[in-house]
Amino acid sequence: MAKTIVEDNIDILVAGAGLGGTGAAFEARYWGKNKKIVIAEKANIDRSGAVAQGLYAINCYMGTRFGENNPEDHVRYARIDLMGMVREDLLFDMARHVDSTVHQFEEWGMPIMRDPKSGSYLREGRWQIMIHGESYKPMVAEAAKKSADKVFNRICVTHLLMDDSKENRVAGAVGFNVRTGDYHVFKSKAVIVGAGGASNIFRPRSVGEGAGRVWYAPWSSGSAYGLMIQAGAKMTQMENRIVLARFKDGYGPVGAYFLHLKTYTQNCNGEEYESKWFPELQKMVGKEYLDPELSHATHRPIPTCLRNHALINEINAGRGPIHMVTMEAFQDPHLEEIGWHNFLGMTVGQAVLWAATDVNPKYENPELTTSEPYVMGSHATGSGAWCSGPEDVSPDEYFWGYNRMTTVEGLFGAGDAVGGTPHAFSSGSFTEGRLAAKAACKYIDDGKAEGIRISQEQIDNRKAEIFKPMEHYKVYRNEIVAGSVSPNYINPRQGLDRLQKLMDEYAGGATANYMTNDKLLHIGLKKLKLLEEDLEKIGAENIHELLRDWELKHRHLASESVVQHTLFRKETRWPGYYYRGDALKLDDENWHVLTVSRRDPKTGEYTMEKAPCYHLVGDDE
Amino acid sequence: MPTFVYMTRCDGCGHCVDICPSDIMHIDPTLRRAYNIEPNMCWECYSCVKACPHNAIDVRGYADFAPLGHSVRVIRDEEKGVIAWRIKSRNGETDMNLLAPITTKPWGQGIPKLADVPEPSQEMRDSQLLFNEPKYVRMDDGDLHTLESNGLQMKAGVYY
Ligand SMILES: Cc1cc2nc3c(=O)[nH]c(=O)nc-3n(C[C@H](O)[C@H](O)[C@H](O)COP(=O)(O)OP(=O)(O)OC[C@H]3O[C@@H](n4cnc5c(N)ncnc54)[C@H](O)[C@@H]3O)c2cc1C
Ligand code: SF4
Ligand code: SF4
Repeated sequence: MAKTIVEDNIDILVAGAGLGGTGAAFEARYWGKNKKIVIAEKANIDRSGAVAQGLYAINCYMGTRFGENNPEDHVRYARIDLMGMVREDLLFDMARHVDSTVHQFEEWGMPIMRDPKSGSYLREGRWQIMIHGESYKPMVAEAAKKSADKVFNRICVTHLLMDDSKENRVAGAVGFNVRTGDYHVFKSKAVIVGAGGASNIFRPRSVGEGAGRVWYAPWSSGSAYGLMIQAGAKMTQMENRIVLARFKDGYGPVGAYFLHLKTYTQNCNGEEYESKWFPELQKMVGKEYLDPELSHATHRPIPTCLRNHALINEINAGRGPIHMVTMEAFQDPHLEEIGWHNFLGMTVGQAVLWAATDVNPKYENPELTTSEPYVMGSHATGSGAWCSGPEDVSPDEYFWGYNRMTTVEGLFGAGDAVGGTPHAFSSGSFTEGRLAAKAACKYIDDGKAEGIRISQEQIDNRKAEIFKPMEHYKVYRNEIVAGSVSPNYINPRQGLDRLQKLMDEYAGGATANYMTNDKLLHIGLKKLKLLEEDLEKIGAENIHELLRDWELKHRHLASESVVQHTLFRKETRWPGYYYRGDALKLDDENWHVLTVSRRDPKTGEYTMEKAPCYHLVGDDE
Repeated sequence: MPTFVYMTRCDGCGHCVDICPSDIMHIDPTLRRAYNIEPNMCWECYSCVKACPHNAIDVRGYADFAPLGHSVRVIRDEEKGVIAWRIKSRNGETDMNLLAPITTKPWGQGIPKLADVPEPSQEMRDSQLLFNEPKYVRMDDGDLHTLESNGLQMKAGVYY
């Protein structure tokens, strides 16, 4: 039987320390000098999360200091990119603080490139600045380690603990050490979830050995969602998955290519194709959201999903592949070098692929493709928990006491965990962690976490639940001679394959051309329920498989939420991300709202509601 | 692309095991050397490659779409604060050496220990400010942005 290790009297527990979690741990020490701050992380915080291999750009920086942008400019940008569906209070709040985060990074030693003429940071585009960010993650980890009392690496957090004396209040978390197999109990007054977004929910385009080649990291297990949904926290915009247009097979980044290297796309005949899809598309989404002339005149961006739509349709019309025209830019040796550095700094695999297939972008225009969908809340999409905003910005419906606190008392989120805040990226996620940490300290100082009680029964029940797959495997393994086929259990890979297939086919994955409808979604829900039953019978041959089991369970919870939300929003808000075939138009009359869900932790039943979408920023700059 | 370990170079030190974000570098119990136990969960992130003191780990592009015969090698040096890459294509026509800084300061020394900085005042606690703000936001005399300072108002519904 696994050993039980209890860490008691924690004030702030950070569950998952990527960009959001390290920001939270770092800042918490300032507001909570004498507080006990603990990190529980499933990998090693030096190289964990989406930024493990580094980044070549910081995609969210206002540059207020250089007179470049104000927070409201960022709100306008994220809002139009997301077809209106954002939490403007949270965006504004993140944007007014994010520069301080980036300025600190520079002070810590991050090599940020500068524009030799103006002295300001070198811009890749209006929002992105270029960095040599190979060591981004080790650097923010260093900051977190300087602030935290203890860092528990290799702890897969499986559940949040709930207070037994007060309904709907968090009391810590539990999990297991993926190396020793010990059971870990963290009793804490407040918890900040920074466990990241979800890859591998939809069937990836890659197959076989290449299945790890996904855009968001394969270890992004949707745990932020799994943990919070299980605890009964309300979620928002979970239907708002993202599809990326990236270099084919390697999924290397295109931002610097478009913005800095000035490369562009064309179809197999060498033609510009995007604009010809826009008139039809404008009829689907309305002129408010797609107005190429206005975009041209004012530099208002064309929403990312709509550009995807053009790419997808051009391929379906038989004029693929879509090429990125690099042959012009790469004649300049300086730009050529930047093109390669861009991959090495954040998606090394793309460089490996080009080396393996002899692609020299100087002489050959590489292919682009659209990826499978991802569910996350910090890139160009805003899935996540329904959180309170700051008191000086948020209207009543968006404010219940503490910034970035979910609808569960004492439970906070940062980065992908927080919903309605697209375009936070790395710097914004770190900033959100800082905001959550300050608020969590205040929550404790206000006495809101007094009198927490955790029954031994809760602790014991969770332990039994966590290790059940190992017991289950032990019992049934000897029933069969050998191999992986058992009538009484499935292994985590088999379960993941099933999840990905059904999400792909019923919830609008890549092979279904991102198409779904009411009927398909209902079948998807039914299949998810059956999978849930089988997840009770999942096996684990060893602790590594137990990790994969719990990742799968979190992915499953996130997926169910995605399907429920997609079913609820009866319109096609983001063509190019997904389509509701039975409601192909954007419907502002009924759906200019945020979707909010809650899964009852006891019954598993979902309730859906519409929440108002407040706009605090006018359209004109 | 998935990693593999050269038998003669690995001494089983476990640095790769310690760092892999996917938990897939494990020590083989009989050979006492590391290997990738789950290549289809490898993100080719190179964290293990950079961490290996003996350069024993290399990457071979995913068999599904990457032909054999290429190489992308790396050496990361925290002391010198640089990372060096070498990319060789299959046909040998691309052979590039690329160097990038990873830090501008001695490793870790620019990061403050917040336990040692002065405690925030009550006024600061009651404000919207974070550590080192407002200075760090604007690097000038300006304060934090608010709805009021920026002349903004909340409105419900469609507003474009
Ligand atoms: C290919 C790619 C390119 C990108 N490019 C850029 C860019 O150029 N610029 C930019 O600014 N941003 C970029 N981003 C976005 C940026 O990486 C994310 O926005 C940011 O990392 C999100 O932060 P997070 O804290 O929410 O999640 P993460 O940083 O992913 O952190 C999640 C953490 O939780 C841990 N965890 C997960 N599950 C559990 C569990 N059950 N128990 C315990 N711990 C757990 C993980 O190990 C990880 O440490 C890019 C992302 C990718 C994938
Ligand atoms: S870090 Fe290198 S030497 Fe050490 S176990 Fe891993 S492969 Fe072997
Ligand atoms: S490349 Fe990354 S994911 Fe693959 S084994 Fe090494 S550390 Fe793990």
